[in-house]
Formats: sequence, structure tokens, C-alpha cells
Amino acid sequence: MKIIEVRNLRKQYPNHVAVEDVSFEVAEGEIFGILGPNGAGKTTTVECVAGLRTPDGGTVQVAGLDPHRDRAELRQVLGMQLQSAELPEKIKVSEALDLYASFYPDPADWPDLIERVGLGSKRDTMFKKLSGGQRQRLSVALALVGRPRVAVLDELTTGLDPQARRDTWELVEQVRDSGVTIVLVTHFMEEAERLCDRLALIDAGRVAATDTPSGLIAQVGDEQRVKFRPSAPVDDAVLLALPEVRGVTRSGDQIVVTGSGNLAPTVTLALARQQIVPGDLRIEQATLDDAFLALTGRKLS
Amino acid sequence: MKKMLIVETRLYLRDWPSLLFTVGLPVGLLLVLGLSIPVMTEAGTSGERMVDAQLPSMMTLLALLTLACNIVPAVLTTYRERGVLRRMSTTPVHPGRLLGVQLLINLVVGVVSAAILIGSAAVVFGAPLPRQPVAFAFVFLLGSAALLAIGLVIAALAPNGKTAPGIGAVVMFPLMFLGGMWVPREIMPDALRAVSDFSVAGPFAQALKDAWAGQSPELGHLAVVAAGLVIFGGLAVRLFRWE
Ligand SMILES: Nc1ncnc2c1ncn2[C@@H]1O[C@H](COP(=O)(O)OP(=O)(O)OP(=O)(O)O)[C@@H](O)[C@H]1O
Ligand SMILES: [Mg+2]
Repeated sequence: MKIIEVRNLRKQYPNHVAVEDVSFEVAEGEIFGILGPNGAGKTTTVECVAGLRTPDGGTVQVAGLDPHRDRAELRQVLGMQLQSAELPEKIKVSEALDLYASFYPDPADWPDLIERVGLGSKRDTMFKKLSGGQRQRLSVALALVGRPRVAVLDELTTGLDPQARRDTWELVEQVRDSGVTIVLVTHFMEEAERLCDRLALIDAGRVAATDTPSGLIAQVGDEQRVKFRPSAPVDDAVLLALPEVRGVTRSGDQIVVTGSGNLAPTVTLALARQQIVPGDLRIEQATLDDAFLALTGRKLS
Repeated sequence: MKKMLIVETRLYLRDWPSLLFTVGLPVGLLLVLGLSIPVMTEAGTSGERMVDAQLPSMMTLLALLTLACNIVPAVLTTYRERGVLRRMSTTPVHPGRLLGVQLLINLVVGVVSAAILIGSAAVVFGAPLPRQPVAFAFVFLLGSAALLAIGLVIAALAPNGKTAPGIGAVVMFPLMFLGGMWVPREIMPDALRAVSDFSVAGPFAQALKDAWAGQSPELGHLAVVAAGLVIFGGLAVRLFRWE
């Protein structure tokens, strides 16, 4: 069942078209990613979905509502974490949640929500004393306090250190498991790969492709590279004889084998049969970065 | 609404240094000037002393101008800049509610300041309480509303939280001057008083002083203040930016 439908969305700022033509659908219960480089129009797109901006063209439906016409109902159904929105410096975590809970007719149990986002020990801490990760958790909690069916999270983990980022990812998965559909805006390919069920690659205001992360990667072929330094000389022919191998190149004493399928195990097995140990073994697979490059001719980051 | 009022009031009180300044400075000035400058407590030609109505009503004007030109723009531009208003617009509650709550709190702080000023003038200098209390209250509320509307326009025009106090000061000092803070309106040259008559702060201060001293405020003065409220209120509604 589709909970969000965006068709031919277009949004223009006074001297600049931010979104040319964006269409996608989000199924209920999934984590849908919107991935693209800076300035691609991601935020503008989701702000149109959330009814914060009025589209210049196209249609948007969220749970059967028109975000612009049915503003009031939409806000009961959709919670949003904005890319850059802070709180008053001196508001305490519990005060913020209590206040935002009072905006909704049937809010979540916010003391429980504070625990769920891992801010239990920070209830009485002021906003200005929270770390970046804690602020983002609070933002997520505020987006969820109205018990939305859809949560839009815009650049949730930008600026967080790797550990805080991973913690936040776990939180997002928990939220999805509780039945909330999530639209996740990001420009981190790793984040999109790890979290998203499906995602739209957006570039310069257009959707380059929509698919599962592995589907997008498969679109560029499943080319892999295995790199290693052999413990003894290897004959290229031995490797080229393997059906998975497409090519062998050398740079210095390093060998780079390209191919597909079960490339790495096959190559290491063949080397083992020759009593050769592959030192410095590295396996490189196509990533969303490669998919993005192939689809748009541009690098993601 | 009630919860927002409670939370915003707490936040306001947590910022107690600026509150102390807003409320404390006018009261401090009233006491220092009244006690140290002999002419303040000498009866003038009409038998009135400066501390009876002139000085306390000027200090009331000072308190209200500080709230309107300084505090309100600072709070609202910071809220806008930090995305507080925008975050609120993702909820069922319109951020306009937050504006309303802020104005209400500042009005209440203005009332408290005025009460302290009236009380200290009475206790320390034996000044009379406002002799026309109903007219005084009416003038006070009308004038406060007009000044707060000016504050909203400043908040609307200031690009960010850093420049807001500067712009506020640029507006506040001329208004204090035209209100008669340094040169009482009675002894202003005619041309200057004519300007003062249309400065919102001038007729407001005059009407406040009149009601305090027991005269009925002039309708012309009230009309200018009311027009200020309508004009600046309208401008604020048209110009205010939520992001
Ligand atoms: N309020 C605005 N007024 C004018 N131009 C804007 C406004 N907001 C965004 N833009 C422009 O529209 C384009 C798309 O911006 P948008 O914020 O949607 O991109 P984004 O994909 O979210 O980028 P980022 O990854 O940097 O957040 C950018 O070129 C930006 O400069
Ligand atoms: Mg963005």
C-alpha cells in the first residue's frame, strides 16, 4: 500500500529551479531513502511532501491527503525532523517533549519516548548542553511525539561522529519496526545502503533512479575487484582461466583481478592450490557511489 | 496554549540577567535620580514635583521601550534564526501562537515593571498613585500594544539575532528622546514637540503622565497611539518572516 505518492513535483525559487521533475512512491512501513549530492533538491522535495512549501507543479499525496490543502490533517499524520532546526537554548529535554506533546490530540507517552531515544539520563538537561547526537535524538523524538504514520528525517546524521551515527541508525530501525514509515534524506551512501529498503537517487532536481540499494548497484553490473600482493609469482593465465575472472592487471607487485560472481573465494582458492598466499587482500565491490556515477555521470560526494 | 505559556515563561525567567536589567534599570534610575537630584523633589510652578508623575511615567516608558525594542526583537529573531518557528510549523500548532505568547509575557512584565515603579514612587517619594486609574490602565495597555507592534516590525526587519539589538537601539533612543526622557515635552521647542506629537512614544508618554496627574488624556494623543498600533501591527503581520 502506497502511503506517499509524488508525481512530477516541481519547485522553483525566485532565481533558481530547485526541483525540476521528481516522482516517487513510498510504501507503508518501509524506510525510503532520498539520496543525492548537496543542492540536489532533497530538502525542497521533502518540504513539499510535508506541506512546508507549496509546489509549483505536480501532485503530492500523503495518506490520501494533499499537503497543501489538508495542512491541518497532514500534521497529525506526518512528523518531520528538519535539516536545521534547533530549540531555545535553555529549554530542557523533558519540557520540549511535554510542550510538543501538547500540540497533538493523541500524543505518544513522552516519558517513554525519552527512554526509547536514549535520552533518559538527559531529561533535565538544557538543549544547549546536549551533544550533536543527543540533539538529533531529541529531534527524532519530537518528530514522533504526535504518533505520526510517516516520519521524515532530513540529514539526521550529518555532523555526527561514526559511533553516534551508528546509534542513530539503530534508532531509526527501531522506529520503523514500531510501524512508522520513514523517509530518510541523506547524502551518505553508507547510510542509505544500510538503512533503506528502497531509495531514489536525486540529482539536479530530477530522479536518476529508484530501486533497492542492491538493485541500484546491480544496474551498474556487479563488477568486483580483488587486489592482493602474492607471496610468490603468479601466472596471469591461472587466474584468467577462472570463469569469474574478466581481467588481470598489475601495478608494481600488486595484482588487480576484475570480474563478477563469486570472484574473491574463487581467486583465493585458485591461489591456495598453487601454495600462494594473497597478502594485503582487498575486495572492492560496486557501491551506490558507482551507481550514482554511472547513472548521472557525477560523483555523489 | 497553557503549556506553551508556562514553558515560555520559564525560559524567560531563566534569562534573568536581562529581566533584571529590564525591570531593575528603570526602578534604579527612578530612585537614584529622585534621591540625588534636588530639582526632582522640588515643587514646580503648578505645585507638582517631577517625582509625582513626570519621572515615574518616563521610567515606565523606558521599561516598555526596552521590552519592545530590545527583548522582543532579540527573542523572536533568535527563534526564527534557530529554526524554532519553523520546527513549530511542522506541528498542528501555528508558530503565530508562540508570537502571541511572547507578546503576552512581555506585556505582563511591563505591567509588573509599572506596578513596581508606581509603588516605589509612592513609598519612597510619597508620590500619588495614578489619579485617573482607569484612564491610566487604558493608556498603558494601548501604548504597550503599540510599542510591542513596533518591536514586532523590528523583529520582522532584522536580518538575524545579532543585528536585532542594534536596530532596536536605533529605534529606541529617538523614541525615548521624543517621549521626553531628556527634554520634558513641556519645555521642548514647538517644532520638536510637533514631531514628538506624532512619534507614538511622545503622545503615549504625555497621556500616561496626564492620567497619572489626574487630567484626562487628550483624544488627539490617544488617536496617534492607536494609529501607531494599527499601522505597525499591520506592518508586522505583512512583513513577519517565519524562516
Ligand atoms: N529558501 C530558498 N531560497 C532560494 N533558494 C533555495 C532555498 N532553499 C534551497 N534553495 C536552493 O535550491 C537548491 C536545492 O536545495 P535543497 O536544500 O533542496 O538541496 P538539498 O538536496 O537538500 O541539499 P543539501 O544536501 O545541501 O541539504 C539549492 O541550490 C539551494 O541553493
Ligand atoms: Mg537538504
